[in-house]
Amino acid sequence: MATATAHHGAHPTGISRWLFTTNHKDIGTLYLWLALILFFVGGAMALVIRAELFEPGMQIVDPHFFNQMTTMHALIMVFGVVMPAFVGFANWQIPMMIGAPDMALPRMNNWSFWILPFAFVLLSSTLFMQDQGGAPSAGWTLYPPLTIQGGIGTDFAILSIHMLGISSVLGAINVIATILNMRAPGMTLMKMPLFVWTWLITAFLLLAVMPVFAGAVTMLLTDRHFGTSFFDAAGGGDPLLFQHIFWFFGHPEVYILILPAFGIVSQIIPTFARKPLFGYNSMVYATASIAFLSFVVWAHHMFTVGLPLAGELFFMYATMLIAVPTGVKVFNWITTMWRGSMTFETPMLFAVAFVFLFTIGGLSGLMLAIVPADFQYHDTYFVVAHFHYVLVSGAIFAILGGAYYWLPKWTGHMYNETLGKWHFWLTVIGFNIAFFPQHFLGLAGMPRRIPDYALQFTEFNQWSTVGAFLLGFAQLLFLYLVVQTIRSGKKASTQVWDGAKGLEWTLPSPPPYHTFATAPKVK
Amino acid sequence: MGITRIKHVTGAITRLFLGISLWSVSGLALAAYELNFQKPVTPIAEEILDLHNLIIIIVLIIFVIVFSFMFYSIVVHRKSRGYKPAKFHDNNTLEIVWTIIPFLILVGMAIPSTATLIKMEDTSESELTVKITGYQWKWRYDYPDHDVSFFSTLSTPRDQIENKTAKGENYLLEVDNPVVLPVGKKVRFLITANDVIHAWWVPQFGVKKDAIPGFINEMWTRIDEPGTYRGQCAELCGKDHGYMPIVVEAVSQQEFDKWVSLQRNKAVAAQASAAQKWSKAKLMARGKQVYGQCAACHGANGEGVGPFPKLTGGKITTGPVADHLKIVIQGKPGTAMQAFGPQLSDVDIAAVVTYERNALGNNTGDVVQPSQVKALR
Repeated sequence: MATATAHHGAHPTGISRWLFTTNHKDIGTLYLWLALILFFVGGAMALVIRAELFEPGMQIVDPHFFNQMTTMHALIMVFGVVMPAFVGFANWQIPMMIGAPDMALPRMNNWSFWILPFAFVLLSSTLFMQDQGGAPSAGWTLYPPLTIQGGIGTDFAILSIHMLGISSVLGAINVIATILNMRAPGMTLMKMPLFVWTWLITAFLLLAVMPVFAGAVTMLLTDRHFGTSFFDAAGGGDPLLFQHIFWFFGHPEVYILILPAFGIVSQIIPTFARKPLFGYNSMVYATASIAFLSFVVWAHHMFTVGLPLAGELFFMYATMLIAVPTGVKVFNWITTMWRGSMTFETPMLFAVAFVFLFTIGGLSGLMLAIVPADFQYHDTYFVVAHFHYVLVSGAIFAILGGAYYWLPKWTGHMYNETLGKWHFWLTVIGFNIAFFPQHFLGLAGMPRRIPDYALQFTEFNQWSTVGAFLLGFAQLLFLYLVVQTIRSGKKASTQVWDGAKGLEWTLPSPPPYHTFATAPKVK
Repeated sequence: MGITRIKHVTGAITRLFLGISLWSVSGLALAAYELNFQKPVTPIAEEILDLHNLIIIIVLIIFVIVFSFMFYSIVVHRKSRGYKPAKFHDNNTLEIVWTIIPFLILVGMAIPSTATLIKMEDTSESELTVKITGYQWKWRYDYPDHDVSFFSTLSTPRDQIENKTAKGENYLLEVDNPVVLPVGKKVRFLITANDVIHAWWVPQFGVKKDAIPGFINEMWTRIDEPGTYRGQCAELCGKDHGYMPIVVEAVSQQEFDKWVSLQRNKAVAAQASAAQKWSKAKLMARGKQVYGQCAACHGANGEGVGPFPKLTGGKITTGPVADHLKIVIQGKPGTAMQAFGPQLSDVDIAAVVTYERNALGNNTGDVVQPSQVKALR
């Protein structure tokens, strides 16, 4: 034991600490910083989009560059922000929550992180190839035949998607191996914190669908360069085949982006309600049912492609069914709050906003499932509003809330609560001004992914742009706050939050470099 | 690229803030805040609107009930009020209740949705068929029963898009040749595309369907009220996705018949004019008009846009006439340069090629006649 500690204690410093690290905490930190950096990159692109849409007419960019921005904004936010941030949380939290000394496969862990920066350099470099067609511009959904027309940037994007896929699959394997093999004695599956459960299920989703996505983009690549016609009707292929494969990946993917968020919120709410999570078992079952259903609803993204009636009905019913387990989760969160003894520190504010705003996104999702109405909503700003309600006030709010929740544990310092509250209110107000009006724009008939619009859409677009800038600039406050917390701030106690339960809160703040070298006993 | 783009962006940001301040003083009073669907003019659009309103009401009721619990709890169950936490954490009856009730509500929503959907998908017993083909970036309409076919392109002048002149009332929602349909008739649409996927959508009809190259989709409508209805392409189809609107004129059967015969006469006149020899001046004037379609990619002055090649001093536009005609007629596979042969008449192709060779900074002196185009087809 003593020799082991001495050996492990001599870890490298400086840049090589980060390059060669196999420590779950270091790797978690790397993932989280990467996500934060890309959050600003992707956010800047969103602001280019919103600035162009402030008024009718073309002011700032040309339509081709506009399409590059919408495509890159989505790819970066999905693959560069939300997914890495969740893996960052997983790395930090899963070992500490289940009483494991580290992830099961530490070297692979290092590799799965270090693939990412290269993948994003590759993807972003396409922005500097404007003379060869620039960045991918066919939308993050990469539908052929439009994608086939793209320039060399499309090939760069395909390669970087392969790298992201490898990274995700390795990460998922690691999470599964860790959770199934390294729980402390007594930590049965049904005693695991909900965050660990949601990640276990997410990891299986990742394993199932990332290879499918890799297959789809490989087919695009061979169609582009090697004379195949998977997606070209003129060669006997079918452009819709791509959409089926893409959404078979894409729908589970949206749950990959939200299930860990459910997990984070399920940790935060009981802490600040000072009351155990209501309906733990049904929360686990609901998460599993959502994951299962996610495999049989993909074509609800494709209601207007000309599916047969029976297909439309099946996918409508299956999609509506998802509202049931999702509802169960919302009811359980609210019942957890019910008759608690609540306080509203920043993590709780984000968690409550999550429950409220995510439900708006969930309900608009239910509306989108209704096929006849979807013929009107499809590919309009109503859809844009919907998925920003589930991804920003869903995934991103949970990530921000989780960051505030665990930052004192990770850094050993309390963040500045006043600034945290400012950040919360500016974010939540900016977010709603930016995205709520987009529901109306969509209903009134504004298609998505257009760089310019008819005059009747002007007012709401202006609101949306103002809100987006508020939302965007408020995040600088978060960056400042994180740096400030790392550098200074009141010393955090072991317990940090008086209502917090779980193994991570038995460790000092910050936890030592290696924790649970001896497994704790769980009652 | 660097400095000009930065200047461009800083200029734009200044304008943006100027715009924001102007907008906030000019007041919200003038604003158009549409909160719901455009007025439906077909039975299906009417049904969709009713369905949408029904579901939104159900959803709002659920939302208000569920979150009144949450907000009550937030106000009352606070530590700062000295509220002591309860200990409960499980209740199977409750879990079953809130699984079953939403399920029943969903069944209630699914029934009217299914009924409407079945009607929407029934394209049988139509009285008129119109074939719609999506192109980058325009629509082609064929009336196979009437032997009429034409292209419909955006007619908003580029100056309005580039903010050089004031924007018209139907900015971006106006076309040169609208689709004309008779009211009160069940019209079946066959829809496909020539290059990439597009989607044909007129909100007031409640009709939206993807146009997929190599496949034909079906949909139908029956317009109740005469009028002009506007829509847009709804599926990202490349650079000018935002610039391929749809305009439908719904007219009485008599007016529709009149319009059909007018279209036929026009086609005959066009054939006759293709046989003539055209003067350079006339070709240049016509070519300038046709060039509007090329300007989207090649620039209003032939300067090129982004990756799309410039025509000023270009290899094709100053090289042999035959090569120039060939690329216009046949396009360049795998790029957005499509085959214009099937889209433009001999006269239009002759005119635009003449224009490109003698304007946009080029001066080859070549005059291309419609007969030369015909020979190369």
